[in-house]
Amino acid sequence: MKDSLVLRSRVPAHPDSRCWFLAWNPTGTLLASCGGDRKIRIWGTEGDSWICKSVLSEGHQRTVRKVAWSPCGNYLASASFDATTCIWKKNQDDFECVTTLEGHENEVKSVAWAPSGNLLATCSRDKSVWVWEVDEEDEYECVSVLNSHTQDVKHVVWHPSQELLASASYDDTVKLYQEEGDDWVCCATLEGHESTVWSLAFDPSGQRLASCSDDRTVRIWRQYLPGNEQGVACSGSDPSWKCICTLSGFHTRTIYDVAWCQLTGALATACGDDAIRVFEEDPGSDPQQPTFSLTAHVHQAHSQDVNCVAWNPKEPGLLASCSDDGEVAFWEYHQTAGL
Amino acid sequence: MVGGGGGGRAGLLENANPLIYERSGERPVTAGEEDEEVPDSIDAREIFDLIRSINDPEHPLTLEELNVVEQVRIQVSDPESTVAVAFTPTIPHCSMATLIGLSIKVKLLRSLPQRFKMDVHITPGTHASEHAVNKQLADKERVAAALENTHLLEVVNQCLSARS
Repeated sequence: MKDSLVLRSRVPAHPDSRCWFLAWNPTGTLLASCGGDRKIRIWGTEGDSWICKSVLSEGHQRTVRKVAWSPCGNYLASASFDATTCIWKKNQDDFECVTTLEGHENEVKSVAWAPSGNLLATCSRDKSVWVWEVDEEDEYECVSVLNSHTQDVKHVVWHPSQELLASASYDDTVKLYQEEGDDWVCCATLEGHESTVWSLAFDPSGQRLASCSDDRTVRIWRQYLPGNEQGVACSGSDPSWKCICTLSGFHTRTIYDVAWCQLTGALATACGDDAIRVFEEDPGSDPQQPTFSLTAHVHQAHSQDVNCVAWNPKEPGLLASCSDDGEVAFWEYHQTAGL
Repeated sequence: MVGGGGGGRAGLLENANPLIYERSGERPVTAGEEDEEVPDSIDAREIFDLIRSINDPEHPLTLEELNVVEQVRIQVSDPESTVAVAFTPTIPHCSMATLIGLSIKVKLLRSLPQRFKMDVHITPGTHASEHAVNKQLADKERVAAALENTHLLEVVNQCLSARS
């Protein structure tokens, strides 16, 4: 099991600071990193090594907490503790800040682009989730402010193909939203975690959602449509979400991130115990009650907390991670034969 | 992150007559510690020495003199790189509890090697909002954001500064 996650390279991405988050562009050729040094760096390969192609340093006054690429790959959004979200336009290796989205009362914790590229979601310690509409002239208009959470909202993520939005919060819940008529509404609340939910990831089909928490567990939730064969109750026409698996006993501190590989289905976690773990669903396990096995575990993946794990969208098994130690690491994951 | 920061010092003290405790003596230096060849592991007394002189935000007294921190409430494992500190607010409704916890946390972050995982929490059963305060102190994202707030950082630095 030890050899299934192999270190390929390591770069001091945000020296003397912490690296909070990573995002691959849609073609998997560029990796954006952001951190406590208020900077965003863009990484690409030259031969076998990863080099910094650009530094985006003029946009934010405080920590840059998260970054997200638009589905077309021409824009990068960055969420900052300075209460703003910047939209950067890419011209070759240069990035220009074209818009600054204001409105949140305090730290913006996460930003995510819908699969169509026409919608953007942001969330904040101010407990709200905002949905923004993007038009052809690069104008952004807030179309909804969702106040369903009772605490700090940590993360937002869109369904891989539908306009379904999920958010994770310090209030220990996950909420799902969709458009109904002219407005966005909360259509499901996922309760079960016993502390802050830090991050979320949909599986390739979008039928299942993984959440990770300060309670040291990962939970897998499954969508059940009205009239489902399993007899899971739904209210009206809204699908219902049910926890079908809990990964507990593997992590020894807060789990800060979870990433579901859209190519292989492998699930990676970033943990405050400095480790990276990879899980895979056991072949032949019941889809209504799946079981997962730990297939890779690197104990000292970083010298401090691991904050983020990100699978490359095009190259199966290429995983990037980042840490409070300021470094970004690149790993190669090999699926275990005869699992 | 901290509610009503500095409110106590402007007007009435929340706890006007706190019980004052005697300061402990200097740490005796052992022969092993004087030997440059022997690596000294970090122990509870060393952690206590780091935090005992932190100033209370309300009183001209240290956390040791108010018995907010005690050596017996510190757990250290140098091989496992873990430090756990429990602190005891002087009264169960102390609005300064988060600020005191944050000051302890910042002192440890600045003093200890980065490999250490630090847990700073309220002594169980000694504060009305124990769970809420503990959750905030354990959330590194909120701690990081709080420390980018210049006003709050100034208040923390006052707690950590040597008394003139």
